[in-house]
Amino acid sequence: MQQLNQKLGYLSALPMLAVFAIALFAPLVVVVLFSIMPSKVFSLANMPDFSAYSVFFSQGYYKSLIWSLGMALASTVILLVISWPLAYGMAKVFRKFTLVLTIAVVMSLFVSENIRLFGWVLTLMKGGLIEGHIRAWTGVGFDSPLYGVPIIIFGLVYVYLPFMLFPLAQGISMVPDDARQAAADLGATRWQIFRQIDVPLAAPGIVVGCLLSFVLAAGAVAESKILGGQAVITITDDIETAFTFGQDWPLGSSLSVILIVIIGTLALFGISRVDLDQIMGRKR
Amino acid sequence: MVSSDPILRLEGVVKKFGAFTALHGVDLEIREGEFFTIVGPSGSGKSTMIRLLVGMDEVTDGAIWLRDQRIEAMPANLRPTCMVFQSLALFPHMSVGQNIEFPLKLRKVASSARKERALELLDLLRLPRDYYDKRISQCSGGEKQRVALARALAFDPEILFFDEPLSALDYRLRKTLEKELKNLHQRTGKTFVYITHSLEEAMVMSDRIAIMKAGHFEQIAVADEIYGRPVSRFVAEFMGEVNLFEVTSRDGTTLESPCLTVKSGTTNESLPAGGNGLLMVRPEFIRFCGEDESPDYRIKGRLLEEYALGSRIQYEVETETGQILTVEKLRQDRASSGDIGSEVMLGFDAARTHLIKDT
Repeated sequence: MQQLNQKLGYLSALPMLAVFAIALFAPLVVVVLFSIMPSKVFSLANMPDFSAYSVFFSQGYYKSLIWSLGMALASTVILLVISWPLAYGMAKVFRKFTLVLTIAVVMSLFVSENIRLFGWVLTLMKGGLIEGHIRAWTGVGFDSPLYGVPIIIFGLVYVYLPFMLFPLAQGISMVPDDARQAAADLGATRWQIFRQIDVPLAAPGIVVGCLLSFVLAAGAVAESKILGGQAVITITDDIETAFTFGQDWPLGSSLSVILIVIIGTLALFGISRVDLDQIMGRKR
Repeated sequence: MVSSDPILRLEGVVKKFGAFTALHGVDLEIREGEFFTIVGPSGSGKSTMIRLLVGMDEVTDGAIWLRDQRIEAMPANLRPTCMVFQSLALFPHMSVGQNIEFPLKLRKVASSARKERALELLDLLRLPRDYYDKRISQCSGGEKQRVALARALAFDPEILFFDEPLSALDYRLRKTLEKELKNLHQRTGKTFVYITHSLEEAMVMSDRIAIMKAGHFEQIAVADEIYGRPVSRFVAEFMGEVNLFEVTSRDGTTLESPCLTVKSGTTNESLPAGGNGLLMVRPEFIRFCGEDESPDYRIKGRLLEEYALGSRIQYEVETETGQILTVEKLRQDRASSGDIGSEVMLGFDAARTHLIKDT
């Protein structure tokens, strides 16, 4: 009976396994295989020569990768710093207002990222909502902050805020109040409580929040295109170009594989350090 | 060890939460080296009191003095006192050793000296030294209790506060730890201020007990006095089973009560003429009388119930006026006349009674 149940279990998992195999692993395998093909071929029936990987260095694609990872890192650090007080408030102080805040932040996700970013363009462009009004009222205009690295990082921070805020709030809510009070009672200053109680006990939330924001920001393309006006080229931008205008599938694939390996390693390392059950509240 | 100088003094301490007054101008003196227990039912203000004493809450009015220093406005982390929490509040991400060393680390004590002190404290609390590297989650309830105590002692506080730390433990462990705490108090010579709702805990450990009710102290005295000479019905009833007779004094010399037959001239306490009071007698001082005995007070009644309380037997007796009395006997002195429903004669002596002059 148990054996039959087990068999039925495997059988009923088949459809989902098939979806995973076809939708997730098959494209990955294709991408990996194409990445080792010679330049500009459209078939996997060629001798592998790994030439696409040497192009990564020789033609300066590593610069795009560094920009992507650098801006992702900067936006993650900024997100962590600005989200902490808000997350702390949501976890420990706001009570009912936390729900209002949660709904407000989630609502922003209902509108497409691109549309929101174009909204910022209209707001910030020369002659746009802000500069246009100020110039009309005062006669003094100023340059648009658009089309530069800082505005791209602003865009990343703006778009990925929920992915830092919610895990962080969840992490902070796992810090027991009495542990903070006991630390104070034993002589700890606010800073010492933060360093020795809050941060280590909220660590799972911090790790998950940072991981999500970093991974998403490293793969982001819209911010640099729409807000940054391609002031810098990100690695995802290069990948897209290689597949489309460049018609060089092996190059696009090799760039993808490099990005996937870097981010995958980071993600696995991060996840191995946290207890997901604890985050989901299944155990304390 | 107990000196007569107060280490902690409260003057007219008031605490209000909005319109609710939790503490109504409380005065208190706690002596150096004393084991002082504050007992009260939930809602009496004892938790509010300890939060003010350790600095986790601010007084609305009044002053708290630690020796000659005013501390009511001083934040918790600057006060030289320390508390063992009801939840223990151990740091789950640190080992036993790191927990104990936490206050020392904050003071930048060198790590070798910290470890030495932590091991000493493990010895003092009778925990094996190899617990130093254990995780908190690997410790049992009683072990966690000892770690929390060790951590508080590592802080080397002027006063050690306890907020019902034993209430979550099972009965046997609680009994063991009560005695250990008393022992620890004697060995360390520190001032302990203990908060509990359990009269038994208070009686076992304390030098002095304060009974709290609705935001003020009803009585502050040594355990025997609070048990034997309570100042009010509340204290009398809070300190265990008690029989209270409403009495009046018509002429100022003898006490009268509808259900009591008083042998004349036996009261050793008196009320002013026309005054009312409560005559208290604890259940262990009432006895079943034979025909030939003549106690100072006699009551006729009917035996209602008999309960075995382990070493003691408790009886419920209904008097002719309908009052239910509680009588307790040691098991070896178990009453022989005791058929449920039978008529019994109870008696007690004036020397065993106490007159409460409030009504």
